[in-house]
Amino acid sequence: MVQAVKSLNLEVKSNEILGIIGPSSSGKTSFLKTLNRLNELYPNSRTEGSALLDGENIFRLDVQQLRRRVGIVFALPLPLPLSIFDNVAYGPRLHGSKNLIEIVERSLRAAAIWDEVKDRLHTNAFKLSGGQQQRLCIARTLAVEPEVILYDEPCSGLDPISTLKVEEAMQELKKNYTQILVTNNVKQAARVSDRTAFFLMGELIETGDTKDIFTRPTDKRTDDYVTGRFG
Amino acid sequence: MRNTQRTEKIAFLFMALATLIIIVPVGLILFIVLWHGLPGLSLEFILAMPREGMRAGGIFPAIVGTLLLTLGCALFSIPLGILAAIYLNEYSQKNWLTRLIELAIINLAGVPSIVYGLFGLGLFVTFLNFGASILAGSLTLSIMTLPVIITATREALNSVPRAFREVSFSLGASRWQTVRKVVLPNAIPGILTGTILGLSRAAGETAPILFTVAAFYLPRLPESAFDQAMALPYHIYVLSTQVPNVSPKIQYGTVLVLVGLVFIMNIIAATIRARFRKRKTW
Repeated sequence: MVQAVKSLNLEVKSNEILGIIGPSSSGKTSFLKTLNRLNELYPNSRTEGSALLDGENIFRLDVQQLRRRVGIVFALPLPLPLSIFDNVAYGPRLHGSKNLIEIVERSLRAAAIWDEVKDRLHTNAFKLSGGQQQRLCIARTLAVEPEVILYDEPCSGLDPISTLKVEEAMQELKKNYTQILVTNNVKQAARVSDRTAFFLMGELIETGDTKDIFTRPTDKRTDDYVTGRFG
Repeated sequence: MRNTQRTEKIAFLFMALATLIIIVPVGLILFIVLWHGLPGLSLEFILAMPREGMRAGGIFPAIVGTLLLTLGCALFSIPLGILAAIYLNEYSQKNWLTRLIELAIINLAGVPSIVYGLFGLGLFVTFLNFGASILAGSLTLSIMTLPVIITATREALNSVPRAFREVSFSLGASRWQTVRKVVLPNAIPGILTGTILGLSRAAGETAPILFTVAAFYLPRLPESAFDQAMALPYHIYVLSTQVPNVSPKIQYGTVLVLVGLVFIMNIIAATIRARFRKRKTW
């Protein structure tokens, strides 16, 4: 068994975008997936310690409820093999919501994709482009009305225009959601996040306001990474 | 360069020949059966009871028997097989017990069919006292079909991408909700195909029904599950070896009906698989 993430303490503030940067295999995704206990899907995974969501330890909460409150957008756009409408309605249907049409429209608008799909809600989601699929996935996550949204390198497969649309959507969502963005793209973190955390080889090296991390970081390794001397 | 192209052409020629050779036995069987059997085929043949010690009349009871046995086999093996496969794939931990079960299933698939027949005789006919009956025959056939259905279902479940499950869980679904809403619907075509193929095999087997249900000559329809019944595979054996002076029209006609039944089931399975492949969006 490999220890993917060493002991750490990290605070996330309400309604902020926290960027998590670091080279590949630094434990960013492993750490992210513990926050909605998605790591439990992998056999032989072990987590120690506690994570508090509004003061409650997430490891004591009902895992299905936790995953409603903490949503995630994956690295590859992953629509379900259903229509656009059914993709977004999937989560609400699980939990017995009734006003699906309203929820679907609201979520698609919040993900900045409503205008592009409003006339074809019943076409298969795989017919959309990569960038549209990714925004559909954001809408799908929003439909269950989470408090926190986790992003695992959401723009890694997208073209610059789609990336821009996703980043704009994230800025809009700040009003109502707390967001944690794991990204390999240092410049994206600089553009988008309020505070940034730097991971290296499983260790949390440093956290701080994005401006500080990028202009005068405390740790030399952080400085080397953000200036591109390695990574 | 020219040499590799020639070698390639020769290799392809051999592979094409091998493929064509496969078609020959199937084609021959079909041709001979159709040639000799079609003249014997008529509505009366299919719907009438056998007369004169099976030298005249029809084969209706055998057809009904085979259909009932196939239905009974489906009744027992399909729910059990699908649920077992779902449990093994979606719920069980990968521990020694699971591996033992998987080993058992593989071995079950390799048991010779005559052994199934004797097992059915010992357990269902004798020990549980069902007697030689449709019930005993169906149960024996379903044990034989179980590994086929379990394996086909597991393949179908495994073909659903892992990512779909992860998405479902991340939206707050329970394991059963994920299986029911995402995994199963996308696995149904594969499950259907494998099930139909398994059942078509069960329809044509002789050894498992030899001691458990098959009747030599029963010119009436079965009335309950505890009745014996005639069945097509056994009837063919009887007509070919136990009854003297049977007209070839009747022999080949019976074979044609059985081959036709199995053929139709296989075509249905292949069609389902082909149509699903076309419509698959991922």
